[in-house]
Amino acid sequence: MKPTNIGGHEYFHKVVDCQWACPAHTPVPEYIRLIAAGHYADAYMINWRSNVFPGILGRVCDRPCEPACRRGRVEKEPVAICRLKRVCADLKDDIHGRLPQVAKSNGKRIACVGAGPASLTVARDLAILGYQVTVFDNGASPGGMMRSQIPKFRLPDEVIDEECGYIIGLGVETRYNQWVGSLRELIAEGWDAVFVGTGAPRGRDAPIPGRQEAAKHIHIGIDWLANVAFGHTTKIAKRVIVLGGGNTAMDCCRSARRLGGEDVKVIVRSGFEEMKASPWEKEEAIHEGIPIVNMRVPKEFRHDNGRLTGVLFEIVRAEYDAKGRRSLVPTGEPDEFHECDEVLVAIGQENAFPWIEKDIGLEFDKWDMPVLDEKTLQSTLPKVFFGGDAALGPKNIITAAAQGHEAAISIDRFCRGKKLDDRPPPEFNLVSQKMGIHEWSYDNQISEEERKKVPVKALEKTLKDIKLELEMGFDPFMACAEAERCLNCDVETVFTGKICIECDACVDICPTECITFTGNGEEDELRGRLKLPAKNTDQALYVSDGLKTGRVMVKDENICLHCGMCAERCPTGAWDMQKFFMQCAEAGTEARRT
Amino acid sequence: MTYLAKPRLLRADAPRNAVGYTRRDYEGAISTLCAGCGHDSISAAVVQACFDLDIEPHRVAKLSGIGCSSKTPDYFLGASHGFNTTHGRMPSVLTGAALANRDLIYLGVSGDGDSASIGIAQFAHAMRRGVNMSYICENNGVYGLTKGQFSATADKGSKSKRGVVNSDTPIDLAALALQLGASYVARSFSGDKEQLIPLIKGALRHRGPAFIDVISPCVTFNNHAGSTKSYDYVREHNEAVNRLDFILPRDKIEASYPPGSLRRIVQHDGSILHLRKLDADYDPSDRVGAMNYLQERQALGEIATGLLYVDSGAEDLHRHLNTVERPLNQLGDAYLCPGSKALEALNASLR
Repeated sequence: MKPTNIGGHEYFHKVVDCQWACPAHTPVPEYIRLIAAGHYADAYMINWRSNVFPGILGRVCDRPCEPACRRGRVEKEPVAICRLKRVCADLKDDIHGRLPQVAKSNGKRIACVGAGPASLTVARDLAILGYQVTVFDNGASPGGMMRSQIPKFRLPDEVIDEECGYIIGLGVETRYNQWVGSLRELIAEGWDAVFVGTGAPRGRDAPIPGRQEAAKHIHIGIDWLANVAFGHTTKIAKRVIVLGGGNTAMDCCRSARRLGGEDVKVIVRSGFEEMKASPWEKEEAIHEGIPIVNMRVPKEFRHDNGRLTGVLFEIVRAEYDAKGRRSLVPTGEPDEFHECDEVLVAIGQENAFPWIEKDIGLEFDKWDMPVLDEKTLQSTLPKVFFGGDAALGPKNIITAAAQGHEAAISIDRFCRGKKLDDRPPPEFNLVSQKMGIHEWSYDNQISEEERKKVPVKALEKTLKDIKLELEMGFDPFMACAEAERCLNCDVETVFTGKICIECDACVDICPTECITFTGNGEEDELRGRLKLPAKNTDQALYVSDGLKTGRVMVKDENICLHCGMCAERCPTGAWDMQKFFMQCAEAGTEARRT
Repeated sequence: MTYLAKPRLLRADAPRNAVGYTRRDYEGAISTLCAGCGHDSISAAVVQACFDLDIEPHRVAKLSGIGCSSKTPDYFLGASHGFNTTHGRMPSVLTGAALANRDLIYLGVSGDGDSASIGIAQFAHAMRRGVNMSYICENNGVYGLTKGQFSATADKGSKSKRGVVNSDTPIDLAALALQLGASYVARSFSGDKEQLIPLIKGALRHRGPAFIDVISPCVTFNNHAGSTKSYDYVREHNEAVNRLDFILPRDKIEASYPPGSLRRIVQHDGSILHLRKLDADYDPSDRVGAMNYLQERQALGEIATGLLYVDSGAEDLHRHLNTVERPLNQLGDAYLCPGSKALEALNASLR
């Protein structure tokens, strides 16, 4: 293998699994250390810069970081990264003084359609630079789907108000209760750029027999959730079936439990493991007494003169073809009838752009999605940019924020007449943490505690009040204990071959036996030859040459605890622990000069 | 030196041996030796050897004297019996222990000061008596605990860290062990675990006195230019006579070697030593030849390593003294006090 190039930010970034997995590349270990130290506001601002909505995401993020967390590979469960984020939002003091100064107006006007996470991210990034940003939304307040689709018992309005408020407070103009009915007309108003962050507003329906007849008792999940969120719907029948296996289905069933549903069931086509809902959301639904029934395909809504009596399901099993594609085939068992009074259909969301005229030069593909440059998020109409669920299909809030940042960079470059695909590089830094022979400026003792569970309010109470937030969040002590579980993967093991004397001290001390000195070879073969075979090919091998004996140092990054013992044991300082800090570029950062 | 204990977190795929232990189970307390000390590598080699041999840690007794080397038994086999004796007295305490309980595996750990200076008489007699033990000398050529004076194994002409040239003749413990009748004699280097681990395994499964002289650089006081026990010097002058593969009776032998390049030695317990020859003329069953060879190589400034001598049919102290088969602590009252009739019979036999 060639020696690993540790020169740029790419290699070490990938070692920080959580940051790598986060669409917005939030510097997770850095803010977790700050939480352990009680510097909540500092931790909040690191989050705020990267992901814009720490308090919101600390409650409802899809947390791609957690399945990636290295702790999950050396122990049972990952660090509770998401809920630690909530801690810094809950326990910080006033941060208004830390918000960036807004630059002098540059005279450019930007329209953002929709006031959801993507639009607000664009608004924030550009407002700071002196753009006059105007956000349009048909609702009465900002937040988009965060406000309309996520139940209040998971995400209270105050949190949305606070975090949207920071952005609006930067001088963003808002036009609430205003439905943008025509992109042509909007463009005609002379904006320098238009950003479309209208989400995926249309819930998919289940067009099976009985749908029309029993329509009064069958609701589209996201519409129903919005009605609940805004107080238009306050009760539901006793027996409810939720169709669908995603997070919206989980929100629907748990909301139904709180509005009077006593016998609430989730019935899903797929198996339990393949359900789209996050494992923790499924757990929470089950915790609230909601059974999840799998491998059932809805066939017919049964009704008695328009009064819904139940849903008929075909029982299926999953079969996989040679390519691993799944198809659901009937088992041949008799169909199953489930009685109910109301049905919530949460089987997916679709994009819809009825307000974008087809003849204004903005191309759509065969799925009726705008044709975009995936990197710059620019549409075929150069002035118009997309982000969030509206851009590349429904994903999640953190992806929307990440796309918002990218779109803001594009819009800024577009308005300044610069090339869009010249993307500014991230800022990064690598600094030794050595303070003494065995003193490091990070806490390198590995906590052996297990993951802390977030305390919740009693079920009897929370099931009665749909606005009562279920989770109470970590207190400072729990937060500190949980934060200490973080392995500090951003404190990188940096090796300098030419000063190594090959004494093997690092090999002997490494608690997870991830360092080997051996002859070089091809990666596949080398992986099998290490002290313990490196079977996880998603994780890199760190290879260094320059050794006197002609061997190479090979480190399997997979389960390195970043405890620094190799560096403490190294007599020559060939190993050093260096903190890697990286933040993605923001709009306004210049591209690297080449 | 590391203050923190190794975290107990264990990777899920950590291998377990036939008795159900992981490598980590053979570790001891965290080492307080200097960072980069060769001794820590030897400790790691002992850990690996015991893991590979499926030894239950409580079946091992590790004894040592005084010095950096003699501290190391604290850093491996934390669940074994341990005895830190007075300076240089490890061999006699070990001899006593071995006589009392022959069922344990005896591992003596010592250093060049402990074995070649204050304890040289003890070393000599343990070897010549044939005590069934593995004797590892962690040899760095200096007194590390007292700031790096030359020890008795420092080569003539080698330079101390302060620039003083050694004028005394060195003691070659491996040569001495050969002369004194050790039945398994090896030399190795702490920086070459591939060589060291099989040698330790072979020693642990050898019956009789097995001596391994392990050159173990002192990073603090003896790892400079002019030293003959530094990492660089040993690597440059290391001339291995053979490479040992240690094979348990249950293991399948897969590798094949060209005829004449391999020597196969079966030990008393059925374990097999495969010696891949590096020096075609070297005969590890020839004690006199081995002694001559060591002298010749030393005169050339080379360090001969590998399994220098082995006598797989050797007998040990128990056989010489015709001791009882069972450990003394398992002998019951009835056996120890057979009664007046037995006494009378004994007396009668002496009349």
